[in-house]
Amino acid sequence: MSYRLGVDVGGTFTDLLLINEVNGETFTAKVPSTPEDSSVGVLNGIARICEQSGIDVSNIDRVMHGTTVATNAVLTGKGAKVGLITTKGYKQVLQVARSFCPGGLGGWVSFLKKPLLAPLELTIEADERIDASGQIIDALDEKSLRTELEKLKKTGEVEALTICFINSYLNATHEQRAKEVAAEIFTDIPISISTDLVPEMQEYERTETTIVNSYVRPEVARYVDNLSRSLMDKMGDDLHLSILRSDGGLASARSSAESPVNLLMSGPAGGVSGAIHFCQKAGFKDILTFDMGGTSTDVALIQNAKARVRRETRVADVTVRAPSVDVRTVGAGGGSIAFVPELTKALRVGPESAGAKPGPAAYMKGGTAPTVCDANVVLGYLPSDVQLGGAMAINKAAAVAAVKQVADPMGLSVEEAAEGILKIANEAMFGALRLVSVEQGFDPRDFALVGFGGAGPLHANALGILTQAWPTIIPPGPGVLCAYGDATTQVRDEASKTFVKLLEDTSKDELENVLNELQERASATLIADGIPQSNQEISFQADLRYTGQAFQLSVEFTLSDLQEKGLEGLKSQFDNEHTQLFTFALESGHEIIMLRAIATASGGELPMMPQGERANSLDDCKMADSQIYFEGKYYPTPIYDRNKMSTNLELSGPAIICEMDSTTVLLPGYKAQVDTVGNILINPEN
Amino acid sequence: MNHKIIQTNNSPLQIVDVPTVNVDIIENALSNVREEMDAVLFRTAMSPGIREQGDCFPMIANKDGKMVVGQFGSFIHGFLEAYEGELEEGDVILTNDPYMTNAAVSHLPDWIVLVPIFRNGRHIAWSAMFGHMSDNGGMVPGSIPIKAESIFQEGIRIPPTKLYKKGVLQSSILDLILHNVRTPQWNRFDLNALVAACNTAAKRCVEIADRFGDDVFYSTMEIMLERNHVAMEAIIKMLIPEEPRTFVDYVCDDGVGMGPYKIQCKMWREGSRAIFDFEGTDPQAQSSINFYMSEDMFKMFFGSFTINLVDPQIIFNDGFYDLVDVRIPEGSLLKPRFPAALSGRTHALGRIFDVMGGLLGQGAPEAMNAAGFSDSPHLFYSGYDDKGEWFQLFQIGFGGIPGRPIGDGPDGHSLWPGFTNVPNEFIEAYFPLRIENYSTIIDSGGAGLHRGGNGLSVGYRFLNDGSIAIHDERWLTYPWGVNGGTTGQRSTKILERADGTREILPAKCDGIKVKKGDLLYFNTWGGGGWGDPYLRDTNDVLNDVKRELVSVEGAKRYGVVIIDNKVDEVKTAELRASLTEQRGETQLFDFGGTIEEIKARCFEETGLPAPETPRFIKSRT
Repeated sequence: MSYRLGVDVGGTFTDLLLINEVNGETFTAKVPSTPEDSSVGVLNGIARICEQSGIDVSNIDRVMHGTTVATNAVLTGKGAKVGLITTKGYKQVLQVARSFCPGGLGGWVSFLKKPLLAPLELTIEADERIDASGQIIDALDEKSLRTELEKLKKTGEVEALTICFINSYLNATHEQRAKEVAAEIFTDIPISISTDLVPEMQEYERTETTIVNSYVRPEVARYVDNLSRSLMDKMGDDLHLSILRSDGGLASARSSAESPVNLLMSGPAGGVSGAIHFCQKAGFKDILTFDMGGTSTDVALIQNAKARVRRETRVADVTVRAPSVDVRTVGAGGGSIAFVPELTKALRVGPESAGAKPGPAAYMKGGTAPTVCDANVVLGYLPSDVQLGGAMAINKAAAVAAVKQVADPMGLSVEEAAEGILKIANEAMFGALRLVSVEQGFDPRDFALVGFGGAGPLHANALGILTQAWPTIIPPGPGVLCAYGDATTQVRDEASKTFVKLLEDTSKDELENVLNELQERASATLIADGIPQSNQEISFQADLRYTGQAFQLSVEFTLSDLQEKGLEGLKSQFDNEHTQLFTFALESGHEIIMLRAIATASGGELPMMPQGERANSLDDCKMADSQIYFEGKYYPTPIYDRNKMSTNLELSGPAIICEMDSTTVLLPGYKAQVDTVGNILINPEN
Repeated sequence: MNHKIIQTNNSPLQIVDVPTVNVDIIENALSNVREEMDAVLFRTAMSPGIREQGDCFPMIANKDGKMVVGQFGSFIHGFLEAYEGELEEGDVILTNDPYMTNAAVSHLPDWIVLVPIFRNGRHIAWSAMFGHMSDNGGMVPGSIPIKAESIFQEGIRIPPTKLYKKGVLQSSILDLILHNVRTPQWNRFDLNALVAACNTAAKRCVEIADRFGDDVFYSTMEIMLERNHVAMEAIIKMLIPEEPRTFVDYVCDDGVGMGPYKIQCKMWREGSRAIFDFEGTDPQAQSSINFYMSEDMFKMFFGSFTINLVDPQIIFNDGFYDLVDVRIPEGSLLKPRFPAALSGRTHALGRIFDVMGGLLGQGAPEAMNAAGFSDSPHLFYSGYDDKGEWFQLFQIGFGGIPGRPIGDGPDGHSLWPGFTNVPNEFIEAYFPLRIENYSTIIDSGGAGLHRGGNGLSVGYRFLNDGSIAIHDERWLTYPWGVNGGTTGQRSTKILERADGTREILPAKCDGIKVKKGDLLYFNTWGGGGWGDPYLRDTNDVLNDVKRELVSVEGAKRYGVVIIDNKVDEVKTAELRASLTEQRGETQLFDFGGTIEEIKARCFEETGLPAPETPRFIKSRT
């Protein structure tokens, strides 16, 4: 028997999912994360899941992994000390950045700039210059570069080195040569050059991206090394360890460690992949996902079972040019704190969060401020009167006392205030869902809504009502969905090149030449990981815009598309997408900015998870009777055990459906059905 | 005034009770709409000024024209007073005339688009947005002629005009307007983008009304206005003393040899009303530096600087306007009489923020910021390239944010909401120039417990013959420091000719011919310092020195002696003790001397002659 293991390391928990590659049988486990060294948590989890399932660890051939190691290094400011080499005259490229002070009028009064990821005292300049057409204006002065590098070395502080020169995206020779020179002096640290990572226009963004890569690289490399060594010890040398990248593709552990800037959204990408996996099997290809955790919620729009990828990744206030699944994050989660400002008497929820510590008041870990989670407890959505398998104890009295703090100043009852808190939190998530749908020209009613993450199923029905996206789907194991995603995606890599030309000034042949070169580069990584060309699917993208526009759209096509329809095909595809987004298209001025090849491993589809032969009645599934408060009144409400619910079982709201790590609320006037994949589908009663 | 609006459904909107939570939801939804307006504009606009720098401002107003979300206050009231015609569903209004909109926009390059929003035949709200166009015709490329003596020299004046009638584009009007500008293609796109943004906002407002009902939508806007009123009433009582306080600051010169021009404001409180009286401000200038300031806009500036103190999530709006009384003398620099030239208004506009800071700060010194980058300096470079095609670059400059109670001022940043610099690689790719230097100016930030941000030095190497124009400030008067902090360094412009000669250019000039190979250093000013520099942590000073933001010599302004990259503790203690004694008590403001003193040493220090004392001619009454 061969097994594959999906592992998602989150901030609080490490989730594991073990799948039998032959019959699709699955096992899940959840263990606390170990932020000091995440590999410890992973190994603990593997021990736990093997023990619970009785499967020998040596039967696991593949470990597919989503990780927040890179993200956390950025968030906690614990990355490497990065040295930077810029073009002469550009030493302060990060200090000035884009000159932007966030906030409205007067926002500068309270804006504090974070320390630079490559400090100025570790930044040196190289005497060189390339112009805007890629011509060398001043040759690289290697002698003075060496002198500067020697000085930099003497500081003894540089742990990773970055090189980014002006206009290098048009001509990489100076960066490459500077790297060779630097490698003679810095012999034992990683050196990143911008053109390897993001050969794209815009010096600040390119520099920052390359620096972030350097910043997280030692930490990620250390982690990946530790983990693969420990795994191989247990599972043998033929183990494949791969890591999920921000763009939803898998990469080998080796290549991930070289460009870790591509891992910043690894976690959210796993959730999106997991949602696609279950929904596609159930026949839903157009979905809106919302992954609600303790401090924030990630939402995404999926069209035709494919996540949209955007050319930018954001972690807190760090923005880099790296592709990632187009996930939007709002600061509304289960731990978001509600408060009432004294003067305006408005009800505000977030962005402050109680986090895991001190946590919501109901968890009795020291938190006293009212949170979204407490509001769920007050209303009975998160039951406190039954002991749930493995869940934390919930103290309703503490939740009521907390919510009362906002109810009193507004002159509302505790229940009314709790409903208010949920409505405002739901509205914030709805805002994010609108951003990815309505504001991109999509009607949410054409989509199904998928709720997961620790708190998603609690809010899914309410968000279904706001978006009118039916059915609203709760996939199996909503709390460990990221691990499902990790285990069910394909190896993927891409190569890109800046190619700024008006469509009318280029030809099909010129394009094909560049695309062939890019295809070779993208494929090479997969070949190095043992995936032959014959098992790869290649697709291409062109980033297009109307000349002069800041905005660009990625148009996807295959080589045969190009051969059949020529450049006209690209043009009309772009016009269609532009019209969808902005309601207009132009006759001329189509400009290519960038070309890209994407290689994806094909095949390897997993068998379906077997559904048990259970034919339990609704009564068999019932755990307790309770009540919930909804739109101003209490309803008697049964609590069911999801694990006992079999295919095609139907129920009407109100109802609460519990499982190991999450709780689904079914509101009055709505019905739920379990489908053959194991999804709960929620629809309006009429 | 709504009699000018033709509705097919005339039943009046009703005030109804709205649960608090719904108010908060609609408030949040409206603020999202505003952000979406920006997003639509940035993605579809074409000129670098709008899409890269973000020189544009959206607004949504209630049906009575009060701004409910936005930044610069409503101009609809003034517009409706001035507008003679009728409005119906599908109409889109375009204007750029400050004199016909009660200064809703303050110079002609800012074009406003205004859309009345209807639902089921009933007028329920307004959306509007203005953006800075790359060119508006007139005397000079970029349409900010410093030497203009009347608004007729500043390009095309568009009175409130229907760009769309019942949804139909009036293309002959548009063609007529675009025929008068140097960058018709950019303007066409940018205008298209402004309309798209306003139409998006209209669509979203209708969706909100669909969901909650017209009456709830209308009533919520009233409640949002009322919330601001309540909050601002408390703020005014907290911050504005009954006893009058006065503050004076200056615009250095008028670009034609005279200056500085005085802006004076007296502030006091009567009950819950705040009064700002600009009596004492100099009369209007004969060049284009006049800033026709709308009273409402000043109220807005005041409100947005203070309301963050009590509820940072509040959506700021016009609700408190009756609590503030702004008095501006007719015929003054801030309320010039038609047809005074207005295009170079950016300097006085920026300076208003320093004036407000100085006024409010006297009552609460600990909360006061130093003088900052209170302007939006411009560079224009235009001509014909090697292919014979016209190019026209408009660059906004960035500088030192002042030292603030919260900490050091960022170096080379912007005080204006949403403004960003244009990537140099982008500029080099699309314009015939190379940017050879892009760094902050060492020691240019004022010294203080919290250092002022450094100004920015940008070295432009011109690769084509052409002509340049410059608009900058604080070359004569200093960005002042507060609470013991010292002044920031002033701005300079140096042109190094390819033939080896070197010229110091004045801060405001146009029509300067440049040759291929000439190099311009555009150096902006640093922010003033905040608090006693001799109390600054010596390690912070050392770090600044290591980062080349402060020099070893400059560190002595903090009383810090650095030898071999280390702080010499003994010498530092000695120096600090003696400097502290020399100085005595810290002063609330450091202006770097009186105007007379500054003018007396002007040529020696700046290489430019001191401007003459302004002479005023009687304006039309």
